[in-house]
Amino acid sequence: MNYEVVIGLEVHVQLTTRTKIFCGCSTAFGQPPNSQTCPVCLGLPGALPVLNYQAVEYAIRTGLATNCSIAPQSVFARKNYFYPDLPKGYQISQFELPTCRHGWLDIEGEWGVKRIGITRIHMEEDAGKLVHGEAPGSSQSSFVDLNRAGTPLLEVVSEPDLRSADEAVAYLKKLHQIVVYLGVCDGNMEEGSFRCDANVSLRPVGQQEFGTRAEIKNVNSFRFVKQAIEYEIERQADVLDAGGKVVQETRLFDAQTGMTRSMRGKEEAHDYRYFPDPDLVPLEIDAAWIEAERAQLPELPDARRQRYQAELGLSAYDAEVLTAERAMAEYFEAGVALLPTQPKAVANWVMGDLTRKLNDSGQTLAESPVTPELLTGMLRLIEAGTISGKIAKTVFDEMWATGHEAARIVEEKGLVQVSDTGAIEAIVDEVLAAGAAQVEQYRGGNEKVFGFFVGQVMKASKGKANPALVNELLKRKLSGE
Amino acid sequence: MSLFELTLQDLRTGLDRREFSSAEATRAFLDRIAATDPQLNAFITVCAEQALAEAAAADRRLAAGDAAPLTGIPLAMKDIFNTAGVRTTCASKILADYVSPYDATAFARVKAQGAVLLGKVNMDEFAMGSSNENSAFGAVRNPWDTACVPGGSSGGSAACVAARQAPAALGTDTGGSIRQPAAHCGVVGLKPTYGRVSRFGVIAYASSLDQVGPVTIDVRDCALLLQAIAGHDPLDSTSVDTPVPDYAAALRTGLEGVRIGLPKEYFGEGLDTDVRRAVEQAVATCRDLGAEIREVSLPHTGYAVACYYLIATAEASSNLARYDSVRFGHRTAAAGNLIETYSRSRDEGFGAEVKRRIMLGTYALSSGYYDAYYLKAQKVRTLIRQDFLDAFETVDVILGPVAPTPAFRLNEKTADPLQMYLSDIFTIPVNLAGTCALSLPCGFSGSGLPIGLQLIGKPFAESDLLHVAYAFEQATEWHKRRAAI
Amino acid sequence: MKISRTEVEHVARLARLALDPAELDALTGDMDAILAYVDQLKRLDTSAIVPTAHAVPMANAFRPDEVRPSFTPEQAQQNAPAPDPAGFRVPRVIE
Repeated sequence: MNYEVVIGLEVHVQLTTRTKIFCGCSTAFGQPPNSQTCPVCLGLPGALPVLNYQAVEYAIRTGLATNCSIAPQSVFARKNYFYPDLPKGYQISQFELPTCRHGWLDIEGEWGVKRIGITRIHMEEDAGKLVHGEAPGSSQSSFVDLNRAGTPLLEVVSEPDLRSADEAVAYLKKLHQIVVYLGVCDGNMEEGSFRCDANVSLRPVGQQEFGTRAEIKNVNSFRFVKQAIEYEIERQADVLDAGGKVVQETRLFDAQTGMTRSMRGKEEAHDYRYFPDPDLVPLEIDAAWIEAERAQLPELPDARRQRYQAELGLSAYDAEVLTAERAMAEYFEAGVALLPTQPKAVANWVMGDLTRKLNDSGQTLAESPVTPELLTGMLRLIEAGTISGKIAKTVFDEMWATGHEAARIVEEKGLVQVSDTGAIEAIVDEVLAAGAAQVEQYRGGNEKVFGFFVGQVMKASKGKANPALVNELLKRKLSGE
Repeated sequence: MSLFELTLQDLRTGLDRREFSSAEATRAFLDRIAATDPQLNAFITVCAEQALAEAAAADRRLAAGDAAPLTGIPLAMKDIFNTAGVRTTCASKILADYVSPYDATAFARVKAQGAVLLGKVNMDEFAMGSSNENSAFGAVRNPWDTACVPGGSSGGSAACVAARQAPAALGTDTGGSIRQPAAHCGVVGLKPTYGRVSRFGVIAYASSLDQVGPVTIDVRDCALLLQAIAGHDPLDSTSVDTPVPDYAAALRTGLEGVRIGLPKEYFGEGLDTDVRRAVEQAVATCRDLGAEIREVSLPHTGYAVACYYLIATAEASSNLARYDSVRFGHRTAAAGNLIETYSRSRDEGFGAEVKRRIMLGTYALSSGYYDAYYLKAQKVRTLIRQDFLDAFETVDVILGPVAPTPAFRLNEKTADPLQMYLSDIFTIPVNLAGTCALSLPCGFSGSGLPIGLQLIGKPFAESDLLHVAYAFEQATEWHKRRAAI
Repeated sequence: MKISRTEVEHVARLARLALDPAELDALTGDMDAILAYVDQLKRLDTSAIVPTAHAVPMANAFRPDEVRPSFTPEQAQQNAPAPDPAGFRVPRVIE
């Protein structure tokens, strides 16, 4: 039978606040077990939560960047269940009144542009970590580390608008790009800073009602999301084709096998007994606060991309590459601000030599020895004819190595372009004299040898001859003037 | 007169005049505890050695001329307050050996002033009870008649002050847990407005109702101790950032211009005749002092107990989920898987009343019942709160009994939880409304048991209560009577 | 009957209380009586009433995003029934 795939995603976005959502413990990753704990995040008797202001700001910004409306009043609720990684026996979350609602993101692909609804974005605290004993004597035990307990999360819940694994991945990438752009999330999927649960169901094409869904938990890379969803679609189709019924359940993705499997043993029906947390007070966000946060938003990738094409004349491809990461877009824009006449040249160097150097060295843009100032300083020398584009490659490498300005490098290394017609003419004459045979070929109609002469002149001038002048002189001499 | 008989204010004066040292006063109270507590069982933990060290430090501070209002004053804390380094049990087996790593804010404030911690006093387990019979450390006896209960849940706090084991104590009040034992023990107890005193470090029973307050010998001491603990705490989101007035300034005699309301619902059937007589006599005294007496109505009073037992138990069922034997607390010796370990540890660690309330609260929040029970109760809570706001349109203070009867006998009501709950009928509405109320002695029953008078004030109008209470106290002698123990 | 023994058993599982049969019997009776008593609330029409979460109106309590000192792992586990350098020890959790 033909099925339509229906997918909704729940994404947990870990916020980059310095401290936890309800206490002053650090959120730093990879510390010794339970070394980032206090009475509040250990759930000790009598301890009380107080909301981190920065987490609220990040929630509002994320809501605005995903076209959500920000609720004038939102309420924290307790989600009650017992688990060793949940210190209080309840998770503080938002239930009936989340902070952000009714947003959307546009995703582009072979399907064109498609709008994916965002049902809600709510704030909540993360749980701790359970480690299962492996050493002799501890194989019957698990161990609880509460360093992560209380780390602020946003849960972004999409509408069931996605119709394929590719759409799901496109949506995820878009959301990932936005939260990283906003600086509210480091986007590190391996460390769990951005994790995804996928609700997948099938229904016969044309049917209105949704089919029974399975929830796939904690898939920690884009590739795995695609694999897990595709596997799940196939699995459910097989079940339905064989006349069976899909069971509503939670399934785990196994990256080793590329399959999902049922989480048996946790099948006890949950009754979370949500109710408003009486230890916390309502969160009220007025229009002035929303506008203050809106003013903090960076220009988002979509808007930037369009602007680069419309105002700076870049190609769609260049605009896409340059806006993929906020740091690169900001680097590029800093360069354009310094050299407004040459956006294309700045773009080429950023996407070309700079990106190559960064990839080779494993450094980030923030660590780049070549700043936008240094880069545009060099581009100015090219523009003025002081150096050639070819020499510039050498200058760039030198700037990368030393951090010195291009002008200084050019001067110290004697790389100034020779634009003295007399000097170049002398070299041209020498080259033509030494290559009488090639001159004959050229004059016989083989224009390809022209490049040979250019190469010889540049070589003889150690690359410093002004290429435009070389061309001009060569043409004149070869045409016998 | 022995040192242990002095009020907090007298102790202050004596210490300031160097008539005695804090060490001498502290020793007097420790001796008194040693002599009387075998009969009363008011203390769970006595901090003798540490108290004497703190007293010595306070004496040095006094000598240095650096004294705060509570420097050198011995105090008792209900065992619901976290006290760093001192065992904090909440009168439960599940926390029998728990030593807290931090101080509750209310305790930190009196400690910062140089108060001396005599010990941690008994209570109903997790503050759930009206008689102090629900303690894993045994029932507390009423100093006026040891066959009777002291009231609860702050039974130890009230009994220890009544027996002069401590000049004052801090308690907590969720549905009457300060006022009712204060009434039964013949001392002064105040439940401040919700948000007036920090709840940080107070082991939670019902978070939207719990409030910290003083238990003292007289009204002046009540003002003094309230002054020390009131005020905003950034560690408690529900603590309110409004200015704290000078409570001592409220201690005025004369009640001219004060409008006192008598809620007719508090004087209906079921009110003990001795209690009725004493409260009516108190009304006459207030009228004599110049107060204007009016009848008011709090029409939803009859629904308060039902409303309370849904809200309080629902919150409690969640608040007590953290006692899972993972990070602290009693863990069962029986081997088993995770769920068995949880369930057995909790079953072994909690007493019967705590389990009853966890069960009721879990049920009230569970799927399919939330709207019918918890949400319904929250709506009724709105009506009860509105009753008070309406009444305060025409009066400044509401006056009535604290409890329908004087202290009852041990085991008298243990078999019927509902009857026990109904003994809090006059105190519970105040917690639901979030406002402040004070209990002070206004007479004695035929059998010699104290009777309490309840004064209920507008939100954050503790000064109004202290004014009326002080004027009444100055005009009467009830607070001067002492239990024979 | 407002509540059955089966329902009480279910609630006990939710609340993680290993109640013995005698406790279950007693609680069934107690809860039934209490639930019958609280049924009086149904007499009140609250359809137009806003629920009260806190009796004193309050909103927006925050703390700044500033790191405060944390416990050492030893302090964190000072009251733990089964402390371990790897964390709080519990019976193995099967997933």
